[in-house]
Amino acid sequence: MRHIFIPLYAIIIFLLFWEFIVWVNGWPNYKMASPSDIWPAFWKFKALFFQYGWDTLWRTVAGLFLAVILGVFLGMIMGFSKILREGLYPLLVGFNAIPKATVVPIIALMFVGQHDLNTILIAFMISFFPIAVSISIGLSTLEPEYRDILRSLGASKSIIFWKIALPKTLPEFFGALKVAVTLAFIGTNLMEIVSPHGRGLGALFDSGKTNADYPLMFAVLIALAILGIALYYIVVVLEKIFAGWAERSSE
Amino acid sequence: MKSNINIDAIIIDSVSHTYKTDTGLLPVLKKLNITIPKNGFTAVVGPSGCGKSTLTKLISGLLKPDNGHVYLNGEKVLGPKPIVGMAFQNPVLLEWRSIIKNVMLPLEIVPNNLSEIEKEERARSLLHLVGLEGFEEKKPSELSGGMRQRASLCRALVHKPEVLILDEPFGALDAFTREDLWQVMHKLRLEEPFTGVLITHDLRESIFLADEVVVLSGRPATNQHSLQTQKLKNPKLDSLFSDNSIEMLKNLRKQIEIAQVQQGEI
Repeated sequence: MRHIFIPLYAIIIFLLFWEFIVWVNGWPNYKMASPSDIWPAFWKFKALFFQYGWDTLWRTVAGLFLAVILGVFLGMIMGFSKILREGLYPLLVGFNAIPKATVVPIIALMFVGQHDLNTILIAFMISFFPIAVSISIGLSTLEPEYRDILRSLGASKSIIFWKIALPKTLPEFFGALKVAVTLAFIGTNLMEIVSPHGRGLGALFDSGKTNADYPLMFAVLIALAILGIALYYIVVVLEKIFAGWAERSSE
Repeated sequence: MKSNINIDAIIIDSVSHTYKTDTGLLPVLKKLNITIPKNGFTAVVGPSGCGKSTLTKLISGLLKPDNGHVYLNGEKVLGPKPIVGMAFQNPVLLEWRSIIKNVMLPLEIVPNNLSEIEKEERARSLLHLVGLEGFEEKKPSELSGGMRQRASLCRALVHKPEVLILDEPFGALDAFTREDLWQVMHKLRLEEPFTGVLITHDLRESIFLADEVVVLSGRPATNQHSLQTQKLKNPKLDSLFSDNSIEMLKNLRKQIEIAQVQQGEI
């Protein structure tokens, strides 16, 4: 019970404090909306919130899914082959160094009007890097004794991968996935805000801006926070299930 | 293919090996000869970095010698064989598996016709033998260093290998734990016969555990000296303080010094 109520109290105190600050300073809602403005804004557009929230969610998850597939694949080939690692690493670092906000308009133009594809693409591009790096580091730092134990018994490369290399890399993978899920979410919203006549919470945010509906913009921020927390904790639960062994008991 | 009793279990026949490094060739073994009879136990000692670990890789088939041959049970070693079991200084247990599942790992790879229950029984009886009963379901991180090394020995023996290769298995343990494990080794040798090769830096360990101690020269390593120890079935640690043992230790110490000087000169 404690670990439910303590965060809950913290949130309530935060909201009260926010309300108080806005009230004390007499800020108009275009400068800073207060929590009491946000609920009506949400209620007015609640159908859109759910519909667009769903759009944002599935696009993020789809982009992340692609990122996991390509990231694990790249990580594997870089982890197992030194030549490929040396060849691919500078390319990946260079690609990752480009701020994705600058890629957004390029992709938006490249596939103009295809909002789903655009958004998934950006979510994917922004989030695969940490996954690829963590897998390749996990595999290339596998102590040789682990491999020798199985190799001396005549185990094939694929048995060594499934029985030792893959499970041993899982904690690093989930660490990277926590970063990647947040990044993918940023990617989705970047694209949704930029691409015209789009859908998703980012588009709702943008329409709040065009219509000078400031409480709506704040309501979208809150919705995004809730969605982001949910996504993050889904990864945490998956990590507990598949890599819980890496956690040392605190006692 | 069961071995003939007359065939030596391990024959290292004039083996040489050279590594290719960025700075050139590094010869590590030169015309090395070691013969170990079936169920014998030989310790190999020598200066640090003289090529002892290379030797374990050659016996287990993980490396092929440049020159000479290695025979296990009269058959030339051409690659890894499941009649070999290995344990290293690092116990390399899989953190995500329970102790018993770690011990059972080789049975998942080596072809056998044991049922799941028989595999578990086999692992359980070995764990019992080394004093780990009650720890079967624990994770490796919950065990002390000595206990993990015990589990690692069980894993090396679970598939009933004919040859057990130990590469400084007790090197990272404290002195008392190490002595406990020496006695565990004697117990294992009585209950689970195997032909053993022990790489070690500890001269007391070598004379306490092995029937023969081979001293390697400095790199490139070759036979420098060999010493037979009279082995009781179940020696006591006190025997290490007998005049005979001390004489052997002095002798070995001198041989190691010669090898170290030689390695320094190269």
